[in-house]
Amino acid sequence: MDNLSVSQLAAGLNDGEFSSVELTRHFLQRIQSHTELNAFITQMDEHAIMQARRADKLIKERKHGPLTGIPLAHKDIFCMDGTKTSCGSRMLENFVAPYNATVVDKLEQAGCVVLGKTNMDEFAMGSSNENSYFGPVKNPWNTDHVPGGSSGGSAAAVAARLVPLATGTDTGGSIRQPAAFCGITGLKPTYGRVSRYGMIAYASSLDQAGPLAKSAYDCAYLMQAMAGFDERDSTCMDEPVPAYTQVLDLPLHDKVIGIPDEYFGEGLDSGVREVITQAIAWAEDQGCIIKPIRLPNTELAIPAYYVIATAECSSNLSRFDGIRYGHRCQDPEDLHDLYRRSRSEGFGMEVKRRIMVGTYALSKGYYDAYYLKAQQVRRLISADFEKAFQTVDFILGPTSPGPAFRIGEKTNDPVTMYLSDIYTISVNLAGVPAVSIPCGMCEGLPVGMQLIGDYLTEDKLLNFAHQYQLATDWHLQSPPRYSK
Amino acid sequence: MTRWEAVIGLEIHVQLATQSKIFSAASTAFGAEPNTQACAVDLGLPGVLPVLNHEAVRMAVMFGLATDAAIAQRSIFARKNYFYPDLPKGYQISQYELPIVEGGQLEIALQDKGHKVIGITRAHLEEDAGKSLHEEFDDLTGVDLNRAGTPLIEIVSEPDMRSAKEAIAYMKKIHSIVRYLGISDGNMQEGSFRCDANVSVRQAGQETLGTRTETKNLNSFRFVERAIDFEIDRQIAVLEDGGEIVQETRLYDASKGITRPMRSKEHANDYRYFPDPDLLPVVIEPEMIEAIRQQLPELPSEKASRFCKQYGLDTHDAENLSISREVGEYFERTVQDTDAEAKQVANWIVGELTGALNQDNIDITESPVSSSMLACLLDRIEDGTISGKIAKDVFRLMWMGEGDADQIIESQGLTQITDGSEIEKLVDQVLQDNPAQVEQFRSGKDKVFGFFVGQVMKLSKGKANPKQVNSLLRQKLQ
Amino acid sequence: MSISLEEVLQISYLARLHVDEEQAVQYAADLSKILAWVQQMNQVDTRDIVPMAHPLDVIQPLREDKVTETDQREKFQAIAPRTDRGLYLVPKVIE
Repeated sequence: MDNLSVSQLAAGLNDGEFSSVELTRHFLQRIQSHTELNAFITQMDEHAIMQARRADKLIKERKHGPLTGIPLAHKDIFCMDGTKTSCGSRMLENFVAPYNATVVDKLEQAGCVVLGKTNMDEFAMGSSNENSYFGPVKNPWNTDHVPGGSSGGSAAAVAARLVPLATGTDTGGSIRQPAAFCGITGLKPTYGRVSRYGMIAYASSLDQAGPLAKSAYDCAYLMQAMAGFDERDSTCMDEPVPAYTQVLDLPLHDKVIGIPDEYFGEGLDSGVREVITQAIAWAEDQGCIIKPIRLPNTELAIPAYYVIATAECSSNLSRFDGIRYGHRCQDPEDLHDLYRRSRSEGFGMEVKRRIMVGTYALSKGYYDAYYLKAQQVRRLISADFEKAFQTVDFILGPTSPGPAFRIGEKTNDPVTMYLSDIYTISVNLAGVPAVSIPCGMCEGLPVGMQLIGDYLTEDKLLNFAHQYQLATDWHLQSPPRYSK
Repeated sequence: MTRWEAVIGLEIHVQLATQSKIFSAASTAFGAEPNTQACAVDLGLPGVLPVLNHEAVRMAVMFGLATDAAIAQRSIFARKNYFYPDLPKGYQISQYELPIVEGGQLEIALQDKGHKVIGITRAHLEEDAGKSLHEEFDDLTGVDLNRAGTPLIEIVSEPDMRSAKEAIAYMKKIHSIVRYLGISDGNMQEGSFRCDANVSVRQAGQETLGTRTETKNLNSFRFVERAIDFEIDRQIAVLEDGGEIVQETRLYDASKGITRPMRSKEHANDYRYFPDPDLLPVVIEPEMIEAIRQQLPELPSEKASRFCKQYGLDTHDAENLSISREVGEYFERTVQDTDAEAKQVANWIVGELTGALNQDNIDITESPVSSSMLACLLDRIEDGTISGKIAKDVFRLMWMGEGDADQIIESQGLTQITDGSEIEKLVDQVLQDNPAQVEQFRSGKDKVFGFFVGQVMKLSKGKANPKQVNSLLRQKLQ
Repeated sequence: MSISLEEVLQISYLARLHVDEEQAVQYAADLSKILAWVQQMNQVDTRDIVPMAHPLDVIQPLREDKVTETDQREKFQAIAPRTDRGLYLVPKVIE
């Protein structure tokens, strides 16, 4: 069962080969026996079995959809009614959400069975999953290495075949980079394609939810159920959702693929470069036209991102004040003490650092030099993409400059850590979609290629990824320790 | 001695009369049990998002149009960041750089009968905070978030006012406009209409402004007036003592009638405004503005000038009758129902009725004397059933709930005596009883005539028709 | 770009984070480094560039003015650290 695709699982359920309850028990068992990865914060056995029973009933009555009865894990950033939603933080260690995120609602309606909530960098701030209050997640390919972040728990769980599908969120690469590090497929949709309601905000103008799965085909199924307008999110697009699984077989012939100079610069690992070069050659073989392009402001994307993201987070995280929910310090002396101690005890180091940077960037006298400047740079970066997409269909490059690094390797230097997001961050600033696809190995660790598209071209990105996965088997490889 | 001039600007917060909150679908109704009208969005639960209420936008536009302001085609919501227990998200969603309404004005009547134009800098949409209750617990403050998220417009005036009286006139005018437009109930006790006053003083003739203070927590016209007067006197005293005014936020203490500086560390605040990334630019198309303009009701100044023209009223009466939509409607209903002249109707409403309403501190909509009752009363004067003097008594009885004019006139036997022979009897009686005065009159002391009239009226208990009494007395005394 | 200890303390006050002296020194160093690095944005001339607050060039949707939320106080206050008689409690606030 571990390696079955969504359509194979659905067929199995449909033909009565196994029931959703059996499927659910199987994966719950796997999660239970692989706690060393620390991929989950909460496992939801009882709830999952209940949902699976309901799914089996629907399947029996032939009232099911393509995802009915399929197990899934949610990143612990999505509020789920009656379930602990920690966001990887001590602040919300005991927070039982009183409502459902729209994504959670939609996937429940689609009939998915939620096995648990996955580990993540605290409040989605991190690129390695080392910033979780609940401890770091291990990369199933090599447990000395990080799985990437911030959706590291989701990526590790899918890679280790603990669950077939998982949700994630991506603010600066938090779906794509862990997908690349763990050898799976992850899609960051266009900003506004998936509702943010009930997804705990890190940086509101950059955050976007998306699917993580073994293959592009599976991502298409999950994306189908996640996407769409939500009247509870003002920034959610009211645009029709295409049938993602219906367009996966289109030919790639004559597609123009832009290769940005800036994505193959100094910082790129030579092993990664080699793997990506092979992927480009494959595309050319398919009749794609390869075209060198420039994205001149790429380097400035990281500082602009850090100013915008920290500014927004400094404000978004003000609601955690120890009054209505979340951590509250013992015996506060006065109101100021209540705020200050509850927040200092509740937030981890990196979160506090970003709140401090963001507060500074917005403060009197510095706003123009930091926040406004960053927004102007953001415009330039967005314009780079706009210009590029006038002549190309896709932009292709590595997802990350190197494969998964060692746990602890970059924790002492925040700036070095930030630099590892160089290829993913501009995509969030512009709001365009991108997918990370496993395309080879380097030092025994997976490498991902990133394919970036213009606004609302998720269908085209998945089409490309699927065609690539028909021709290659990188996405079928699983970490040796976690394969039978 | 230095002559001082006060410079006053007001920031008025008006709660909009929407059904639901500005960014959530929770009710805005006043007076519910604590926190029963605070939904996930109002509580600022992790992950929730705001969605703007159409009606709040429409109401803000109405206000802008009613004050000849420019409506921004594109306005932006910003976050004002600060920590306070009744501010659940740690920021207030407000408007900063691009407010929805900019550059309006209105005219106030001055006491010496002149007029003055007061500029409105801007009016922006924002959410109200919850309420902190300090009295309920000993060492604790209770927080009720029912009010959190109620839509407000904050109306910022230019520093155009020079006395507390002018400030009150401006505030009353704004109050009247928002109630006319039906965009707020204007209820000050419930906090639907609140005011912060910026006050500074400078030497007369000086161009630059003095250092100002901002006094918060003003929820009645009287408090605003007292707080401003107190602040002006305080600042003058400080300056005359050679001191300096500290730019600060002060609170008005109604029980002591003074203002005092806030104790919290307001000075260290830096609101770090930035565009709210959860909300997009609000775009108001010219067609929408036009549609709203078409629906605007008649405004106080328009109504007043129509009353002058249509009913021949003087400006003073017309303005008094336009003070609220309800008073204007009462007036026009009464005019329609009575044969009396509009001027007469106006006198009664501005005089007797307003006096009685003020005395009992009730609104015209709660008046025990309805417009049709007043119309009937005026008809009885008009058709000579009672005199104007008796009518005042009848009015008081109607006010006390003794019935309508006809019932009271009937039961109290107040019908005017118009029967000539009956009046003649009374006249004869009076002349007979007062021979000395008759003598005086005949010897040329004309003034005694009034005495006879008075005596006849007294004898008739006020019911004799004064005209007839007059002419009969003249006849008999000649 | 160097951030003083006073600035660190003012920021920590605004952010309501407790920072002791030792941490303040560390923050001053960290923040100075991060902000110096951020200033590479100044390499590019952004005069006349309209700041971009949002990835999408779309406008705010408006919600119909209808009350659809119901009272969920009990559920919401079940997760609150301290309440009494329906109120959230905090240490006494002095205005």
